[in-house]
Amino acid sequence: MSAESTSEDTQSEEPVEEAGVEIEMAYGCPVSYSRAQRVIHPTREQWRSVASSLLADGFNMCVDVTGVDYLTFGGQRRLPAGIEGERFEVVAGFISHERRERIRARVQVPEADATIASLYSIYPGADALEREVYDLLGVAFEGHPDLSRIMMPEHWEGHPLRKDYATGAIPVQFKGAPASR
Amino acid sequence: MTVTDPTPETADADPVTPVVPAPSTITIDDDGLLTQLDKLPRRNAVLRMSEVRAAELVDEPLDGENDQTMLVNMGPSHPSTHGVLRLMLELDGETVRRSKPVIGYLHTGMEKQAESLTYLQGPTNVTRMDYAAPFFNELAFSLAVEELLGIEIPERATWIRMLMSEMNRISSHLLFMATNGMDLGAVSMMIYGWREREQVLRFFEMVTGLRMNHNYIRPGGVAADLPDGWRDEVLALMDMLPPRLEEYDILMTGQPIWRDRLQGVGTMTAEEAIALSATGPVLRSAGVPWDLRRDEPYLAYDQVEFDVVVGTYGDCFDRYAIRLNEIRESMRIVRQIVDKMPRGDYRVQDTKVTPPPRARIDESMEALIHHFKIFTEGFKVPEGETYVAVESPRGELGCYIVSDGSSKPYRMHFRGPSFVNLQTMSHMMADSLIADAVAVISSVDPILGEVDR
Amino acid sequence: MGLITDVQNDGLGGLDHNIVTGQVENLVRWSRSRSSWPATFGLACCAIEMMATGGSHYDLARLGMEVFRASPRQADVMIVAGRVSQKMAPVLRQIYDQMMEPKWVISMGVCASSGGMFNNYAIVQGVDQIVPVDVYAPGCPPGPETLLHAIETLHNQIETGEIMRRRAANGGGAGIVVEQRDGQGEPKLITLGRNS
Repeated sequence: MSAESTSEDTQSEEPVEEAGVEIEMAYGCPVSYSRAQRVIHPTREQWRSVASSLLADGFNMCVDVTGVDYLTFGGQRRLPAGIEGERFEVVAGFISHERRERIRARVQVPEADATIASLYSIYPGADALEREVYDLLGVAFEGHPDLSRIMMPEHWEGHPLRKDYATGAIPVQFKGAPASR
Repeated sequence: MTVTDPTPETADADPVTPVVPAPSTITIDDDGLLTQLDKLPRRNAVLRMSEVRAAELVDEPLDGENDQTMLVNMGPSHPSTHGVLRLMLELDGETVRRSKPVIGYLHTGMEKQAESLTYLQGPTNVTRMDYAAPFFNELAFSLAVEELLGIEIPERATWIRMLMSEMNRISSHLLFMATNGMDLGAVSMMIYGWREREQVLRFFEMVTGLRMNHNYIRPGGVAADLPDGWRDEVLALMDMLPPRLEEYDILMTGQPIWRDRLQGVGTMTAEEAIALSATGPVLRSAGVPWDLRRDEPYLAYDQVEFDVVVGTYGDCFDRYAIRLNEIRESMRIVRQIVDKMPRGDYRVQDTKVTPPPRARIDESMEALIHHFKIFTEGFKVPEGETYVAVESPRGELGCYIVSDGSSKPYRMHFRGPSFVNLQTMSHMMADSLIADAVAVISSVDPILGEVDR
Repeated sequence: MGLITDVQNDGLGGLDHNIVTGQVENLVRWSRSRSSWPATFGLACCAIEMMATGGSHYDLARLGMEVFRASPRQADVMIVAGRVSQKMAPVLRQIYDQMMEPKWVISMGVCASSGGMFNNYAIVQGVDQIVPVDVYAPGCPPGPETLLHAIETLHNQIETGEIMRRRAANGGGAGIVVEQRDGQGEPKLITLGRNS
């Protein structure tokens, strides 16, 4: 379990028993470890309250907000028990300057209702990062002050980083081939 | 937690606790959740208008008395926006009331492209993100891939990476000196900065074969060993630079015009910087002594001594002074690397990951097969996801990779420090003149390649 | 001295064998090739190499090109340095249209010439889809030597008038592909000035 908690006790809670296996919990969400990096898995409903707890617990900066489209994922999702994998996953990283600690949060966002609450009021630095996730993956952030496309032109249709959006590569004619270019 | 007052140029690196300014208040909003919006007193300076709407305003009739402000476009093709950054400025006379940085003019789809390139081709792709500091992109990518692979690279490879990274920091900060000087009118600074930078680029050409976008730091180590005589070249560079940096001090640092243009311009408090997720010199100028090389050491930074340069006022002058002194700190690190460089391999000997030496391909069938497999199919990386961050000259450069067990990344995301630091610009430019806006953009030192990816 | 008194006495008829005859056309082409001012169109990594070419080691000023004009009205040659994204393409065309004739385009780097390594949705696969290109400079990025070679090629073509013939033949830009000239010698540090 975690060791360096000096403030509130929301950081490490009593482990939860589920189907006879202990799941470590923190901030109200199950914890997993990815190559020794701590990852929590909040639900969509918990998202803002978990972020608020993280801020209260000393994670003073939101480092990164990104998203992943698991549509064509060939491997195992490796999520803790009780968390169902959805098509989209919003991944946010936080850092505590004081404790020199990082934590990552992965939230599942279903395809049918691809929206999630925005962290803008808690971590204003997530402003541009959330816009990028919206633009390239199509996950909308409720409560964001200006959710508009940031990378692609405003009239662009489609969300390029989705797995069902083609890379857009054109076949290349090499020298010597009888082509117009 | 007390806040000590760091001196403007250097601060002692306390290895135990970083002295981070405590937040003045903790605000709870209506939902009972914490909020940091009150830490941003100038948040109304962010113009939230769509580009389409702004274009429509041209055709609308004037609003009479209410029409005191003017919406002016700056960029994307502009001599001092550091690349293709477009700024929509709402001006009241010459004062900038609100502004909106519009990006995406260099969006290259690198994250999508990475999904169709193998892990060995990955560094060629990511190195073109922050093209002024290409080694850092390659480093972040390679560290993330090595974390997923679970391999440890030889010590010499680590130290070579550190050497190239610090030399790259020097060349990137020299580029900043040059462009910052030119933007503010010291046009000859452009020539001086490039004069020094050329020497560093010649060293890079000697080691990696290319002046820019090297694809040298690869998963498993580096592409080739340092050439013979590298120590002499590096030490010649280290001897050449300090007098030149003193020239910059004479030309710029002590000069009244320079100080008037930069001091007090584009100020940012520590709380604002942290709330806006700023990192790098932008964060350190506000007084927050956070540097990943010291606080979350990677490579071998815990075995070299250097200071973290921290500012006090959070203005453009602090950011300029921080970068100038970071050149000196990097030179210090480079001298220590020259002394301490270990012998050994320059890449891991695992033939499943690194290609065998070209000479062996003629001799051994296995080497030929490994070479073939690595360059056509690529090596497979175990499933998982990881995030690795390095301290680039612009801030925290992070690489997030999700692997599905195949030879190409399933998802690769780069946290570009300039992308996040750009958010601070509207706050810094509020109620300042257009000329100050140029100074602010220049002091944030964005590289649009990593902003847009 | 004698020349001037000749002119004062007899006007232009007093000039005997002290003049050089030529075509105005040649003079115009000669001057055009030697002071073609580039428009700032540095987009990405190639822009850094373009700035390096303007620096003191490689020095575009000796070719009359060190003034990068921000206003396209004052520019003659547009060096498209870097990858052109879909969002940037209309801006590129607008800047090109605002330039006054005669104007030339150098496509610097592989991304501008053909899309480079970025064969995807976001990058225009060659800036010749948007503007007619006269010289293609390969490289990723092309070093200052290659860019100088491309510029010199353009200048020679302007001076001889060859470029207009090629343009007429191609129906667009001249489309000259130069070879890469980087890495010609052993890179060695040059210490200049009193600090060596």
